[in-house]
Amino acid sequence: MKIKLDQELEELNQEMISLGILCEKAISISTDVLRQRTVGTRTSAETNITKDDISDLDIRIERKERAIEGKCIKLLMQHQPVARDLRLISAALKMVTDMKRIGIQAGNIAEIIDSNPGREIGIEDCISDMADSTRKMVTGSIDAFVKKDAEIARQVIKTDDEIDNYFVGIKNKIVDCLKDGSADGEHAIDMLMVSKYLERIGDHAENIAGWILYSIEGTVR
Amino acid sequence: MANNKITIKDTELYYSDFHALKNINMDIVENEITAFIGPSGCGKSTLLKSLNRMNDLVEGCKITGDIRLDGEDIYGDMDINMLRKRVGMVFQRPNPFPMSVYDNIAYGPRTHGIKSRIALDEIVENSLRGAAAWDDFKDRLKQSALGLSGGQQQRLCIARAIAVEPEVLLMDEPTSALDPISTGKIEELVQELKDKYTVVIVTHNMQQAARISDVTAFFLLGELIEKGKTDQIFSVPQDKRTEDYITGRFG
Repeated sequence: MKIKLDQELEELNQEMISLGILCEKAISISTDVLRQRTVGTRTSAETNITKDDISDLDIRIERKERAIEGKCIKLLMQHQPVARDLRLISAALKMVTDMKRIGIQAGNIAEIIDSNPGREIGIEDCISDMADSTRKMVTGSIDAFVKKDAEIARQVIKTDDEIDNYFVGIKNKIVDCLKDGSADGEHAIDMLMVSKYLERIGDHAENIAGWILYSIEGTVR
Repeated sequence: MANNKITIKDTELYYSDFHALKNINMDIVENEITAFIGPSGCGKSTLLKSLNRMNDLVEGCKITGDIRLDGEDIYGDMDINMLRKRVGMVFQRPNPFPMSVYDNIAYGPRTHGIKSRIALDEIVENSLRGAAAWDDFKDRLKQSALGLSGGQQQRLCIARAIAVEPEVLLMDEPTSALDPISTGKIEELVQELKDKYTVVIVTHNMQQAARISDVTAFFLLGELIEKGKTDQIFSVPQDKRTEDYITGRFG
């Protein structure tokens, strides 16, 4: 029974996973570039990365997002799904918007880093740690979707508080640096924006995890 | 505060050796639309018919348990004509009597002793208005009901059912023989009717149950498997059998 719908839901699942992988890649690249510029650590991933690579990823993410949206609307129209099918399709529709935003904001970070002279103001380690935690949240949310694992999703949601604390800490340090004149204003504002984008990416990963929980358990936070 | 219009307790029904309803316990809340869903032969229509004793004449039918309307045992001393006045029924196929639109609607009130032309005129108009059919029928009251379209006939049957001012309306797949436009009109009408009446509807159309009912009850092999708020049943059903049935993966 429902073989066609099952096949189409499996295709949707695979497309969501591949969009998730693109988002992970975008956040990994931008956090690697960030780490390299801020604390000077080179990783294999960022060696030859340019901001064009990120914008290329951005375009692929957006195309994929539109394709998934179209597929979801077609599934709703053709099958008028209920119960777990309805939850999966409506969760996918919500999740792709957050995934697209992650791609855009990862691109925004890469652009800022690309034009930033990279002077140190003493918050770089903290931003690098924040970027690591944010990347883990995105990876965790994709992992929760692939494995349909509510526990991983809950862990991602919990981690968002950590990201929010990083942001508040970094903002306070930047304000102190600006007050005592120890920081270049432009650089400080760039770092503030980077940390704000990271914080927003954390929020999107949290939203994704929330929709995964809805898809699995039917609970809306 | 929700008021239980009908209470069903420990109800069992047999058609000779066939155990059609097994230990049914449920309440039907006043001024709500309750949908009964489930595969063919699950007992949903049997239970619906039990609510105004339509099974009484079925040979070999035996019912035990307790079904109460406003606390009164409908299988006790209640007069069956009075029960059917209070609990009306609309069937799957529109079944107008072979007479005029007017006489179809006036038939019930006349059998309950209303003879005055003025009173009957008023009942016919109010019933047609109640069934959102007055504008369509006001100029054809004398026409034969058999000449109406299927959707119009079904609205006439609903008007006929409400002409005797029932408290509960039972509907057995009222739109399964109708086109989508007529179905839409009946669905809209059912939702308006719940302000005045308690509605119980049997439907095979999952989307219809999801669209119009407040409460949905899922039956399988004569058992009530799950009953709950319609939103919850169609988004997060608690029983795997309900989930399998409504998502079409049953069997």
